Amino acid sequence: MSALEYAQQLKARFGDIISEPKEFRAEITVQLSDASRIAEVCLMAKKELGFDYLVDVSSVDNYGADPRWTLVYHLYGYGHHCHLRLKTDVSEEKSELPTVTTVWRAADWHEREIYDMMGIRFAGHPDLRRILMWEGYPYHPLRKDFPLAGKPSQTPEVAFTRSAPEAGGPFVTVAGGKNSTTREPRARTPEGAEEK
Amino acid sequence: MATQELHIPDSGSRAAAPVPPGPDGELADIAGDKMVLNMGPSHPATHGVLRIVLELEGEIITKATPDIGYLHRGDEKIAENMTYTQFIPYTDRLDYLAPLANNVAYALAVEKLLGIDRELPLRCQYIRVICCELARISSHLLGLGSMAMDVGALTVFLHTFTEREKIYDLIESLTGARFTTAYTRIGGVTRDLPAGWTGQCRKFLEEVVVNIDETERLLTRNRIFVDRNRDIGVIPREAAIDYGLSGPNLRGSGVDFDMRKAHPYLVYDQLEFDVPVGSAGDCYDRYLCRVEEMRQSVRLLRQCLDKLPGGGGNATGEPVNIPNGKTVLPPKHKVLTSMEELIHQFMLVTEGVNAPPGEIYFSAENPKGELGFYINSKGGGTPYRMKIRSPSFANLSILSFLMPGHMVSDTVAIFGSFDFVMGECDR
Repeated sequence: MSALEYAQQLKARFGDIISEPKEFRAEITVQLSDASRIAEVCLMAKKELGFDYLVDVSSVDNYGADPRWTLVYHLYGYGHHCHLRLKTDVSEEKSELPTVTTVWRAADWHEREIYDMMGIRFAGHPDLRRILMWEGYPYHPLRKDFPLAGKPSQTPEVAFTRSAPEAGGPFVTVAGGKNSTTREPRARTPEGAEEK
Repeated sequence: MATQELHIPDSGSRAAAPVPPGPDGELADIAGDKMVLNMGPSHPATHGVLRIVLELEGEIITKATPDIGYLHRGDEKIAENMTYTQFIPYTDRLDYLAPLANNVAYALAVEKLLGIDRELPLRCQYIRVICCELARISSHLLGLGSMAMDVGALTVFLHTFTEREKIYDLIESLTGARFTTAYTRIGGVTRDLPAGWTGQCRKFLEEVVVNIDETERLLTRNRIFVDRNRDIGVIPREAAIDYGLSGPNLRGSGVDFDMRKAHPYLVYDQLEFDVPVGSAGDCYDRYLCRVEEMRQSVRLLRQCLDKLPGGGGNATGEPVNIPNGKTVLPPKHKVLTSMEELIHQFMLVTEGVNAPPGEIYFSAENPKGELGFYINSKGGGTPYRMKIRSPSFANLSILSFLMPGHMVSDTVAIFGSFDFVMGECDR
């Protein structure tokens, strides 16, 4: 069976909450409209459709749009060699969805990384701590409203951060800017944030 | 049960020691029930900056909590702020023991997004396979050397480094740099093979097979090495899949899976090679897989050198880049003499390649395992979001499951057999 047929089986089982499969560059993506059922859908995909390998979990910050977060799950089956991408949206007010560590243990670190970098919580995760940044760090650096140069922070006796020198360094490119100043600014202020 | 704190408690050690010392905590400490031992982040056997907090009962590990992030540089954030081409040098610094393989994987990911991965000239594809396999040999040589060194065989480390030095000479004459190669471009490579390079490469292949045989003779039947690795760090097949392991660590556990076979990219489907698969899933099997993978890489390299369109000197003038000025920088002499090429150069440098909106995931079989790039594009020259799925990150997540029950001295054998790189784990 192809990935498309697996996606259709998923839709046949869960009905309206699964979108029509979309294909781009020979990859199949389905969207789950109810994030609170992600664990259930994943469990079915693993147990009945043979997606036994969770390749990756990542998150996208749709800053300025609602719902703000998109979670992206990449599944793979060693038995049938098919990839499937599963996406679901979570609103900023909620910022929480069920964990899939109960389905694949690989999700443990991936979900911790998303919690660390974007601040999305996973209900039922056994050990939801920061993973790359240190405990007590106040921000979530991969959010679009976090500046590239960083923000000052202070965690006594652990670590501190300062904004990067030269306000972000010279290697910032905003492709398609009107002139060289807007194209390669010294610092990139997040969209919507006030220009200094 | 009480736990002795040996240093300032932080999140890692708190997670390792959930039971706070009670009123009789001090007495229990004297009795020596359990002890927390902090290993790393600067420890010679942690291959970089992995920190692991071990809870010990005597010599036996009862709980292990890896603590990563000491090399976190925010590569994914950086990628959102620059054009696709500008990010290539950053991929060198992911798995810094195999930068060429990272360059190739990243370029292929962006080419998949652009929909031009099937247009790559054949010579470019062969050169890229040569790059990948050289990187694999280089990475495995280091992996084996440091693994042997960690369990007490220092000679092997020096021995394999002799060969790695030759690879670095090859890489230097190809790319101009030993480590920070940045060799690929979106739609091609920076330059063709230099004159005489294939001859040097063939000479190296003759020498490296001898070195691999000698390394094997030092280790494979070495009593001490076998005793320290066999039946240590056994990963059952199901656990390896469940934790998302990839590369030799997955194949050591008996899963016959290789991206180059299952989803061939470049010209891997036209080349003959075998995928070694272990059976026991212990440190020794992972070691054997790596040794055999190096031999297969040599085999692949020989085929590539034979089949390379145009041959070593490219007498027939085969292209190495996609001949499309909207993707690849045109040749400099054309830029200086022709209007159209000048415009292409200007647009590519200031705006980057114009990627369509959409999202792709591409992964390549790198020396450490499956290196994947998830690129979410809203159109234009920069990715909206890029997630790097690094093999070391997923591979290390199994440590807290694997370590309990082992002796402290087994940690170094397990670390060595995992062959991780913190540069790509922390990104």
